[in-house]
Amino acid sequence: MLTLKKISKTFNPGTVNEKKALDQVSLELADGDFATIVGSNGAGKSTLFHAITGAFYVDEGQILLAGEDITYRREHIRSKVIGHLFQDPLKGSAPHMTIEENMALAYLRASTSAHAYFSRISSKEKQMFREQLTQLDMGLEDRMKQPVGLLSGGQRQALTLLMATLVTPKILLLDEHTAALDPTTAQKVLELTRRIVAERKITCLMVTHNMQQALTMGNRTLMMDGGHIVLDVCGTEREKMTVDDLLAAFKDQAGRRLDNDRILLTR
Amino acid sequence: MGSIFTLSIVQSALELGCIYSLVALALFISFSILNIADLSTDGCFTLGCSVGAVVTIAGHPLLAFPAAMAAGVCSGFVTAFLQTRMGVPSILAGIIVNTGLYTVNIAVMGFSSNVNLFGCDTIFSMAKEVSGAKWYGDWYKLMIVAAIVLLIGVILAWFLNTRLGLSIRATGDNEYMVRASSINPVFMITVGLCVANSLTALSGAVLAQYQKSCDINLGTGMVTIALASLIIGETIIGKGGMFKKVTGVILGSCLYRFIVAVALRLSVPAECLKLVSALIVAFAIAFPYLKGKADFYRRHRIPLKRNDGSGEEDEEVC
Repeated sequence: MLTLKKISKTFNPGTVNEKKALDQVSLELADGDFATIVGSNGAGKSTLFHAITGAFYVDEGQILLAGEDITYRREHIRSKVIGHLFQDPLKGSAPHMTIEENMALAYLRASTSAHAYFSRISSKEKQMFREQLTQLDMGLEDRMKQPVGLLSGGQRQALTLLMATLVTPKILLLDEHTAALDPTTAQKVLELTRRIVAERKITCLMVTHNMQQALTMGNRTLMMDGGHIVLDVCGTEREKMTVDDLLAAFKDQAGRRLDNDRILLTR
Repeated sequence: MGSIFTLSIVQSALELGCIYSLVALALFISFSILNIADLSTDGCFTLGCSVGAVVTIAGHPLLAFPAAMAAGVCSGFVTAFLQTRMGVPSILAGIIVNTGLYTVNIAVMGFSSNVNLFGCDTIFSMAKEVSGAKWYGDWYKLMIVAAIVLLIGVILAWFLNTRLGLSIRATGDNEYMVRASSINPVFMITVGLCVANSLTALSGAVLAQYQKSCDINLGTGMVTIALASLIIGETIIGKGGMFKKVTGVILGSCLYRFIVAVALRLSVPAECLKLVSALIVAFAIAFPYLKGKADFYRRHRIPLKRNDGSGEEDEEVC
């Protein structure tokens, strides 16, 4: 579904702040793959997501989504088929607009004809939004006329998840989407993610700092460090892996980087 | 006190309030919805006024309105183009366009700083001939401007609830969400500013026919006045749907005109009018903030000074 061919991105090239955020990253995600990504801060996880969504164009390499080359496609055109959730629950919905209006915005992805610009939300769509909200089990279906700003962080993130998958995306990118929620709400949103992704067989990438989640969610685990994908496990190898193994691999990477630095400094 | 509100004062306040409410509605789109301070409003208002006046002089009083709106759309498009495609910060884009419009406006008026429409057919003179009844002669102006504002208000409230309107509102509300949705923010800002500036220009054109003249300095301070109307409107109406908000903006504009009329009636000299306006604007903008402060003090001070709390109430009233 998603193919990355040796993509690279350097921020602030030619300055002291030069940072190679992605270095020749290649990745092949099959249809229906659900991969988790772990990695320390600055490893390039979010940059990878932004490269896929088109927040910036990559310096080199190619991005293919469902066989189509989207490397230089503009962000709002790509986002028709990409769902993206941020860590900050406030980023995913418009606070001064009602739940219903937010859902209608998410549902814009489904409309193809230009004259839909001047159409209003139909009662049939309202009914559909209500049914979708019911499955969140948060009572939001009775608050559809209320502004989203009144919801709690957890409710907003659940709503954002629903909005991102209202029209089934080709790929769903989850950037630590439960990290800012309390443990109970996080668990609920995570369950919801698992259910929606499994039901619709959505291809999905999820960044997490929870090693347990990294191994139990989805069918594949990636580890990133210094702009590279340094570990990629799936199948039986992943099943046998424990949190300790993963942590060891994590420390191993971090240690190796330290060693490299030390070598550089002593020379 | 009864003499402050004579019928003619109420009338003219309502008439001007309706005309200027179109500018307030324009700022409602650019300032409240898109979160952009569009400082080209002053120049755009004069542009609408001069285009409207020139077309009216040419003998097309009705065509003056669409012509002025088209001119406003062009002005809005240039402002939007500068900030979305040329990387000019939005406030600066407005100032640049405003400066440029000064020359454009003079040029539209045939390189003169004012024109007058005496003896020309206007929408008002045409309406006046419909009936000779006394009450009609008193009220026809208000009826026309109210009809225009009502029409625009209904269309605008409807428009903001369409999918395009929703997308424009989301663009100003949450940039991250818009980027993650399939909405093109550049297009939405452009459409929003074009619609806003067309309303500003329409207001100018109506004013030109109303006062039968157009002057190059007519638009000076328009952005502050409209902002005051907008904020008064938002304060009195509070939260609500688009219809309610649009109504609030129109009411706010009328209320602002009443305040100015009262100030004039209280023998404030005409030369001081701009200062009075500025004070009203500063107060209207500061009011929600001061109200929040007052609420805070009320909640925190009264329990501490319960025994001498009687004097505290007075300062929170204003």
